[in-house]
Amino acid sequence: MIGAETTKSGPFAHSTNTVRQTMFTVILALSPATLFNLYLFGWPSILLFGVTIGACVVTEAICLALAGRPVTHTLSDGSAVLTGWLLAMTLPPWAPWWIGVLGAVFAIPLAKQAFGGLGQNLFNPAMVARVALLVSFPVVMTAWIAPHPLFSASAPGLADSIAITFGGQVPDGVTAATALGYVKTELSRGIPVFQSLVEYGRGSNLTYTPDLMDLATGYKPGSLGETSAILILIGGLFLMRRRIITWHIPVTVLGTLFLMGTLFNLLDPGRFAPGLFHVISGATFLGAFFIATDYVTSPVSEKGQLIFGIGVGLLTWVIRTFAGYPEGMAFAVLLMNSLTPIIDQYTRPRLFGRTRKGEPLPLKGKA
Amino acid sequence: MLTAVGSLTAMGVALGGMLGVAARLLAVEEDPLELELQAMLPGSQCGQCGFVGCAQAAVALAKGEASVTLCPPGGKAVAEQLAKRLGVTVDLGDQAPRVPVYAVIDEELCIGCTRCVKECSVDGIVGASKLMHTIVAEVCHGCSKCAQVCPTDAIRMVEIPLTLAAWHWPKPASPHTH
Amino acid sequence: MKLFPIRGGIHPEYRKELSGERAIEALPLPSRLYIPLQQHIGAPAEILVSEGDLVKKGQVIARRQGQISAHHHASTSGRVVEVTEIPAPHPSGLPQPTIVIEPDGRDEWVTLPEPIADPFAAAPEVIEERVAESGIVGMGGATFPSAVKLNLGIRHRIDTLLINGAECEPYLTCDDRLMREHAEAIIDGARIMAHTLGAPRIVVGIEENKPQALAAITVAASDFPNIDVAALPVKYPMGSERHLTLAITGLETPARKLTADLGVVVHNVATARAVHQAVRLGRPLIARVVTVSGGAMREPKNIEAPIGARVSDLIDFCGGFSQRPERIIQGGPMMGTPLPNLDVPVVKGTSGILALTAAEINERPADPCIRCGACVNICACGLTPVELAAHIRHDDLEGAAKLGLADCVSCGSCSWVCPSHIPLVHYFNYAKGALNARDREQRKTERTKTLVEANAARQERIAAQRAAARKPKAAPAANEVPS
Repeated sequence: MIGAETTKSGPFAHSTNTVRQTMFTVILALSPATLFNLYLFGWPSILLFGVTIGACVVTEAICLALAGRPVTHTLSDGSAVLTGWLLAMTLPPWAPWWIGVLGAVFAIPLAKQAFGGLGQNLFNPAMVARVALLVSFPVVMTAWIAPHPLFSASAPGLADSIAITFGGQVPDGVTAATALGYVKTELSRGIPVFQSLVEYGRGSNLTYTPDLMDLATGYKPGSLGETSAILILIGGLFLMRRRIITWHIPVTVLGTLFLMGTLFNLLDPGRFAPGLFHVISGATFLGAFFIATDYVTSPVSEKGQLIFGIGVGLLTWVIRTFAGYPEGMAFAVLLMNSLTPIIDQYTRPRLFGRTRKGEPLPLKGKA
Repeated sequence: MLTAVGSLTAMGVALGGMLGVAARLLAVEEDPLELELQAMLPGSQCGQCGFVGCAQAAVALAKGEASVTLCPPGGKAVAEQLAKRLGVTVDLGDQAPRVPVYAVIDEELCIGCTRCVKECSVDGIVGASKLMHTIVAEVCHGCSKCAQVCPTDAIRMVEIPLTLAAWHWPKPASPHTH
Repeated sequence: MKLFPIRGGIHPEYRKELSGERAIEALPLPSRLYIPLQQHIGAPAEILVSEGDLVKKGQVIARRQGQISAHHHASTSGRVVEVTEIPAPHPSGLPQPTIVIEPDGRDEWVTLPEPIADPFAAAPEVIEERVAESGIVGMGGATFPSAVKLNLGIRHRIDTLLINGAECEPYLTCDDRLMREHAEAIIDGARIMAHTLGAPRIVVGIEENKPQALAAITVAASDFPNIDVAALPVKYPMGSERHLTLAITGLETPARKLTADLGVVVHNVATARAVHQAVRLGRPLIARVVTVSGGAMREPKNIEAPIGARVSDLIDFCGGFSQRPERIIQGGPMMGTPLPNLDVPVVKGTSGILALTAAEINERPADPCIRCGACVNICACGLTPVELAAHIRHDDLEGAAKLGLADCVSCGSCSWVCPSHIPLVHYFNYAKGALNARDREQRKTERTKTLVEANAARQERIAAQRAAARKPKAAPAANEVPS
């Protein structure tokens, strides 16, 4: 009998959205920044990038097989690839291979599958991995490299690169501080922020010296996702255009960070870095557009997302300014992740025909 | 080291003792629970649960000796209420749903003995002595006590037919896991 | 005209072009007509004919019983060949009593009631009575008896009658065609209904994607200053009664109240035309316009079909299928229901019959929820479907009810938008049904308890009386009284 299966209720129309499409659109949006940065940091970064994503996919497959779930179907949703991609973008580009593998183990089995897999995790897996690595291996995780563009004179060849990534033989004299790290270190030595900023720009004792323009375009030390703010911004705007994300989280994260920075910078420019500096340095753009907007770990309603974004911006500023770490985005996102369920609970939309409290609306002056 | 172990042990013993005393002194009599449970049961004393009446079933429930799904006339609604009160979980999905039934008197076989009329605890059977009886279907709650006493086996338990108004969509088949 | 925004909403592929330009065609008289006693919300009608009876077109063959019910009429002249149970045009496919008529081909009318000469001078009760006698029910799909809804003017002060021509469901074009081809009848019917309700103002709401219908209705309404035509933005579910009321009047109907409490009554355009025919011509509701469409239909059409024609008769009239349909559904794709088979009849609420291909439905197995929040943002009722479904999946129906399950109108938008293809609306439909069933069971248990108590009290009284009666005779006998 044609159409005899009547056990499923409607609707009998469906949008063309799928989870896989969503994931791969995000990956597409990340691609320009990624390619530029892989070029900037050369073969070692490409090797690490591959190892990290590969490790994420393999650990995901193992977890799924152990849990008796369909492996190929679930893998093809692209979420493991995306997690690995995002994680790789937050690592020092010349970090050894085991950092990527260990990161994958933190991200996939611990932060994601232990909670029940895609959609069930409370915390952003890539950020859990990054923070766990940062806390466990602070030296390796803060060994930032000055740019060594592919095919340039200073770039290591493939053989050297294999030695760097798999042998841990990082040559001397290539490390450099990130802007955030430099300012923080100098401040602890009693040098005012405005002065160290100028120095970082001039490059007093560093092997590499970015100017302010480089800070934005990305020709500077840092992780893959930290360096090119402009390309990340382009990717983020592309996601908004494709309606994968809305403006709520990115705008509130960036806005809060900028406002806090500017406000305190005006009060004491020697102690507090300016707002614009906060916005274009570190992984601010990556965090605002790609990390904090993670569907699973951010609130579902628009109002909730506004609160979430403000929280991330505020905490990032607080951690960068007052805590021991120069970069605070990962911690801020994780802290706000833990508040997501409660934000969701208090930001449910008002029901049609009911007051905020759920009581039926009163009838106005009708007999 | 020893002081730590010692002090913790002492604290454990003291607090444990207090809890034990409190449990004795502040113990709640079981009666309120039994009464509460009994109030949830239909009260028709049909005996289908295997106990003499609803009060005895409530006692067993309170002691945890009977399953919350014991009451056929109460159906799913009562089972869920009981489960909620007792704080136990029942997988009602797995339990084969009891098809609701009602009693029908075969008018050919009825001899008008009125035994069923006396037996019916909801006054759902109308009919005088020596005259054929009828069951008011809306009132019958399917306890089948009447069928048991009928000397001519004129009473059958019949499934209540599913109507368009009562039909509803089944629960969607769960995807692998969420 | 000033309109008010509604929350959320979606823009599905409308595909109205499949049938939108096809003028309404009458279905040739089928060999058999199957007229169910229950084609409406409320109590089934009481059957008035039996096997072998000869009936005329428009003759009452089943009479309404109870407050909320509707008459049913013979759609043509012929002989009642059978009164039997056949599957209902309902996803359950449950059998229900149905009158089977074999047409005699003469299509002979019964003596119809006289047209009401000047309906605007007639008492509201007269019009209501005529609408009830004509078996008119809400033809937008809800099938609520229209006479009962026209009665609302007694208890409420109605100031606006909304005529719903939004037709926001994809594919459906039956209302569009009616408005283009019978605009005057619709406006006349609307004026009669407004008079009955005592409503001074009429607004016809039509979505902007139906420019010809808008034009035709605007022309037909131009002579009447109390009629406004509102061009509504194209957005699903604009045609939902409460949302239409909000969009046009700015009034939000409180939960568990009727739009009538705000002084607004909503009727569908097809219902307005049926009222026109009943009042002006004395004709009962014996036919309706059905959109037969979908990617698998060879020749989509808008068909005026007699009530009781089988779905297969309509499909044959459209040249059958051009490819294997994945599903045949009744109504629109968003809120329609799958048909149990093709032998079920067209009833008063059948707005469409769609043969949809797999590509059109785009159904996939459900993936885990990624909490993207799309369902929350598009829900026109302000619900959080993702949370509701989670509660229902874990059998916590009360939890879902607390989050507003009862406020869901089952419009299907959340299921449509979900990237994980989670059958959200199916969860809600299941939970609503299960909660209703539980309530019914609960009520029955309560009633049983009351009856048991009454019975026990009586037994005791009788026992006490007996004991009292025996005591004076012999004291020891009291011991024998059965307890």
